[in-house]
Amino acid sequence: MKSYLLPEFVIERDDEKCIRCEVCVRQCAFEVHTYDEEDDIIVSDNFKCVGCHRCLTLCPTQAITVKENPLHFKENFNWTALVQRDIYKQAETGGVLLTGMGSDKAYPIYWDHILLDASQVTNPSIDPLREPMEIRTYLGRKPDKVQLTVPNLQKREKSSTMDYQLSTKLSPQLKLETPILFSAMSYGSISLNACKSLARAATEVDTLYNTGEGGLHPELYKYGKNTIVQVASGRFGVHKEYLDVAAVIEIKIGQGAKPGIGGHLPGEKVSEEISKTRMIPAGTDALSPAPHHDIYSIEDLRQLIYALKEATNYTKPVAVKIAAVHNSAAIASGMVRAGADIIALDGVRGGTGAAPTVIRDNVGIPIELALAAVDSRLREEGIRNQASILAAGGFRNSSDIIKAIALGADAVYIGTAALVAMGCHVCQKCYTGKCPWGITTQDPYLTKRLNPDIGTRRLVNLLKAWSLEIKEMLGGMGINAIESLRGNRLRLRGVGLTDTELKILGIKPAGE
Amino acid sequence: MLKLETTLRDDKIFDSCSVFGMMNKAGKRFSGQDVIKATVNMQERTNGLGGGFAVYGLYPQFRDNFALHIMYLIKDAISPVEEFLKSNFKVILKEEIPTKPLSSITNPPLLWRYFLDVAEDKKDKEEDYVVEKVMTINTGFKGAFVFSSGKNMGVFKGVGLPKDIAKFFCLENYQGYLWLGHGRFPTNTPGWWGGAHPFNILDWSVIHNGELSSYGINVRCLTSYGYQSTLQTDTEVIAYAADLLMRKHKLPIELAAYVLAAPLWDEIERSNPAKRALLRTLRQVYGSLLLNGPFSVIIANRKVMIGLTDRIKLRPLTAGVKGETVYLSSEESAIHLVCNDLEKSWTLEAGKPVVARLEGKS
Repeated sequence: MKSYLLPEFVIERDDEKCIRCEVCVRQCAFEVHTYDEEDDIIVSDNFKCVGCHRCLTLCPTQAITVKENPLHFKENFNWTALVQRDIYKQAETGGVLLTGMGSDKAYPIYWDHILLDASQVTNPSIDPLREPMEIRTYLGRKPDKVQLTVPNLQKREKSSTMDYQLSTKLSPQLKLETPILFSAMSYGSISLNACKSLARAATEVDTLYNTGEGGLHPELYKYGKNTIVQVASGRFGVHKEYLDVAAVIEIKIGQGAKPGIGGHLPGEKVSEEISKTRMIPAGTDALSPAPHHDIYSIEDLRQLIYALKEATNYTKPVAVKIAAVHNSAAIASGMVRAGADIIALDGVRGGTGAAPTVIRDNVGIPIELALAAVDSRLREEGIRNQASILAAGGFRNSSDIIKAIALGADAVYIGTAALVAMGCHVCQKCYTGKCPWGITTQDPYLTKRLNPDIGTRRLVNLLKAWSLEIKEMLGGMGINAIESLRGNRLRLRGVGLTDTELKILGIKPAGE
Repeated sequence: MLKLETTLRDDKIFDSCSVFGMMNKAGKRFSGQDVIKATVNMQERTNGLGGGFAVYGLYPQFRDNFALHIMYLIKDAISPVEEFLKSNFKVILKEEIPTKPLSSITNPPLLWRYFLDVAEDKKDKEEDYVVEKVMTINTGFKGAFVFSSGKNMGVFKGVGLPKDIAKFFCLENYQGYLWLGHGRFPTNTPGWWGGAHPFNILDWSVIHNGELSSYGINVRCLTSYGYQSTLQTDTEVIAYAADLLMRKHKLPIELAAYVLAAPLWDEIERSNPAKRALLRTLRQVYGSLLLNGPFSVIIANRKVMIGLTDRIKLRPLTAGVKGETVYLSSEESAIHLVCNDLEKSWTLEAGKPVVARLEGKS
């Protein structure tokens, strides 16, 4: 069948600059460029180009330019070029359209409509380069009050602090030196080198990374105290050592990029190593069912939470991750009451290695609204202290993060931003397994492109830079401990939002 | 002026101020002359939009009754509130609070005080009962505001300079063993009578100089413990936090201070293991009650007077001692003005409370 699809990109090569080094030929995972020895030219097939920028980034003479194909479809607000392309693809294949990464649709990004406060005159701003600025965060369930025992009642009136002993025993608490965690990305969806980079960066900064549902490769066990292990519907790679080595166990119910559906790692990606880690035969498809087949209700979730707590002797917090959907607030309340110590909310802009485009782009709600609704609901019910809230789904920079904390998040998961730090150019072809940057691929020729030492360094730099920016913004607000901003929505103002949006976000309009 | 109404109940009023506290630890009562003089001396720190005083040991003849001071912004507000009081308490005595008209005090509200007894069956939880009724009046009765609700103590406050407020309420006629004085400098709203300091609930009175950068989360946290913010002021938040930590959760003063002005994590980590565990747990559990931003505050109840500054000390507070008398003041000069032979005086360390306890009988 002749395809009606035309190339998305046009590749231009400055022949005077090109030295025929063939870097582009070797670097393109999609085999766009070929060297014709006879004519001594490099030819490029526009049809195959995905716009990943690998070739032009590595071209030593900057001979290559990649442009969007200036195809002039007849103007039509309904039948846009994208709509037509999708129909051609499906007419030619009869399949579900797949995509990678978070939605690229222009849903409102509320972060860009929220502005932060700063101190002027009546309270001094604080310079984090000269004064202490604390962003340490503890995740985990907190009690309503601290109880003390007083050894001698008579001393009560004049005692020193040391006469009091703590009788409250806290549930396990997890210390983060920055309120930024790496979101779930499985070994399988990303390469082992990418996993190592995340694990080592999390260890160096003293925060957490998340295994996703890919199990834990033997080489990653040593990073256990900075690891969140996931228990998802496929239960891949879940066994005693896996649970024991982790700092946190996360039950994954859903994911922002694909709420309500499961996952599918094709058999050809299930290499020997991945087969061992996931505990499935090599070459077989790894299918994660849409629901957990032992969780059809909130009371079932409670059973799994407590099964995991029992299995690990109540030594670590259990998190539950859900996609942000319409009634997240009520669901989150149920989750807290079912025993979740941490609630992870993943918004509609959350990323993925592979998801049906139609699901990614149309299901779920933005994280800003879900986070605000969940935090408010838990506070109304007086149970906000019983669980920490992790927000996820398209966090792009430190200002998104600090705004999320002011809305009520304890900390934030970043996924795509971490990948971009490692080299990702957001070409959205993760599901092909051909990532030219060596991140979302298992091809040894490609995976060696990501040096874990360099990957670690880039991730650590990113977290350090964002942490410093967060401290600058906190100091500007006259706050020197992040807990004084958490849920402090009075330090936020909305611009260009409707009354209803402001009400849901629990913030005032700018100027009021 | 009417109370501020916001749907979120997290709006706030900014202000800044002078604070002065004086306590006789033996419980001997003295006139307010020195406190008034010292507070007036710090007039530079005020702008005439609020002054106030709290007096402990004020009503010894009614020491077992709750003394409610209520301001009525409109005359019609009186009878529904009095009906409400009658149906919930035994009213021992009601009277208008004596005042002296002054040209500088314009448009004062109607000011009444009530001495109340709680029914026998509610006696074991009388404090919670009174708090609940005060909250009901302050949120549910238009034009009425309870600004003092302790036993054997009273708050007098209003819009004006401290010297005029003192004259207006004829404070020279009163005696107490613990006095607080406050001059206010609100920065973004015209002051209203209820918004002046001290803020009081039950025995707790708070006077405060500063601005809480953490106000938004402090108030949300207290709301989930059942406190309703009616004034939108930092002072109110500090009073509720003190009530929650010290009365309801029974933390000793020093530990409550560790919540309100939490030590830095580094300092906590350097402590010995038992203290580290205690301080870390307090900060983990009560992080939302950390008062962040500049403040110096004097918190008092019938047994103690506590001075505290924020954890990096962005506002001043000085203490002085002479015999049985303890002084706390925004400015040291104000203490010297009323006591020129102090035994010792010192400025408070950041986040470390100074606590004066009643040793005699109140």
